[in-house]
Amino acid sequence: MSGQQVTVEERHAGLSIKGLTYRFDGEEPLFEGLDLDIPQGQFVSIVAASGMGKTTLFRLLAGLLQPNAGTIRVAGAGQGHGQGSRSGIGYMPQRDCLMPWRTVLDNAAIGLELAGVSKRDARSRVLELLPELGLAGTETKYPHELSGGMRQRVSFLRSLLGGGELLLLDEPFSALDAMTRVSMQQWLLQVWEKHRKTILFITHDIDEALLLSDRVLIAATRPITKLEPLEVELPRPRTYETTLDERFVALKRQLLSQLGRITSTLEGGNS
Amino acid sequence: MRKWIEKLPIVLFIVLLAACWEVGTMVFDIPPYIIPRLSDVFAAIGDNAALLGKHFVITLWEALLGLTFSILCGMLSAIWIDSSSLARKTIYPLIVASQTIPIIALSPIMVMWFGYEMGSKVAVVILFTFFPVAVNTADGFRTADREIGELLRSMGAGRTQLFLKWKIPSALPSFFTGLKMAAAISVGGATLGEWLGGEAGLGVFTKRAANMLRGDDVFAGVLLLSLMGVALFVAAQFIERLMLGHRRNG
Repeated sequence: MSGQQVTVEERHAGLSIKGLTYRFDGEEPLFEGLDLDIPQGQFVSIVAASGMGKTTLFRLLAGLLQPNAGTIRVAGAGQGHGQGSRSGIGYMPQRDCLMPWRTVLDNAAIGLELAGVSKRDARSRVLELLPELGLAGTETKYPHELSGGMRQRVSFLRSLLGGGELLLLDEPFSALDAMTRVSMQQWLLQVWEKHRKTILFITHDIDEALLLSDRVLIAATRPITKLEPLEVELPRPRTYETTLDERFVALKRQLLSQLGRITSTLEGGNS
Repeated sequence: MRKWIEKLPIVLFIVLLAACWEVGTMVFDIPPYIIPRLSDVFAAIGDNAALLGKHFVITLWEALLGLTFSILCGMLSAIWIDSSSLARKTIYPLIVASQTIPIIALSPIMVMWFGYEMGSKVAVVILFTFFPVAVNTADGFRTADREIGELLRSMGAGRTQLFLKWKIPSALPSFFTGLKMAAAISVGGATLGEWLGGEAGLGVFTKRAANMLRGDDVFAGVLLLSLMGVALFVAAQFIERLMLGHRRNG
């Protein structure tokens, strides 16, 4: 819906990729001359067949890998300082990756701690946020005492506090059971509508992508030279009910046909 | 209370074994230089309490000194192995392979190098305890969850921060596994060192008693050495629980 309503200020790029090229040594390139702009405060999902390099893209954005060519700019982030890590990005990996030796409080506070915030200040900022993330009362618990969904909430909170304006979410709900996943999607919608960070979300789940996003990007070629956008103009706030909406179903049909076309081109190209 | 009830079977079993020992030696009339009666062993401990105490402290001291040195060197080696890929490719396989060398065969060399004083005993203890600490700690570093490391890196963690906040806490469980192994065998190392040439310690005491066929004294010394080994193991386990008790199952 943001299409018509955004102000000029919000139009600033939250993430801007220009001419990104990357290949693993001795392999076909995964990305070649990829351009991508995401306005600040947008929720954007990437949907692609597996093996297309989505996770590699995230690792490039997080500064864990260096591109062969091209630039990546993140609003409010220092450009690749230190050993390539890029502050200003909150990376939420597929597994929750919580540290078993830290409590919920200290797991969520690690980003602030690394940024040099004093332990006490870091903890008080986490404590402030726990209730609205549905984590009230868990601060002294250890990860093994939490359910999968709760652990993902902590992981999300950690990336929310660890980074700046851009959050990278790599299939965060893929390991959860169907019921928990639905409740986590609604939870993420609520939290995001409150904080309005720029989110880049990877998923295999088309319903999930449409429900959450302002825009869905489809990886159309191999190597990926461009991402085909699909604007999801559904009103917010959304709930799981939205998936039953006619417009939702129409968008889903469109997305599936786009995906189907791409898959057949890919298969055609390979044979 | 419940903890005690859970431990009751093993306590009863030990009492039963002790009773079999006491009664068995009487019934089968086993000569005391083969197996002395348990009550005689306790009597020997009582009679020689002061002397045994003195030897006990010496052996304990050797074991603890050796252990301390092994912990320090073992950790430093593990850190070195972890931080240098050259060391990982050269030193690490060597340390692992060296575990197949019969350490007992090397022990006389320690006596040759460090003489008949305390030094050689401590050296033998180090020979026994260095490897479990070094190898286990190195394994702990190696198997630290890479994704957690990358996540911290993506949040701007530098080398030192990665080491302190990721590597060290990840390696602690393995380190304690190594420490418990080392604690249990350290007493054996100290005893062996004393046998090879020494004037004091429970190893010397038991060897002298054996030469004189004083079965009760030999068993008294062996019993105390066993208790020392158990005590060191339990102490290591206690520290482990204090530091890692809350983690459980990772």
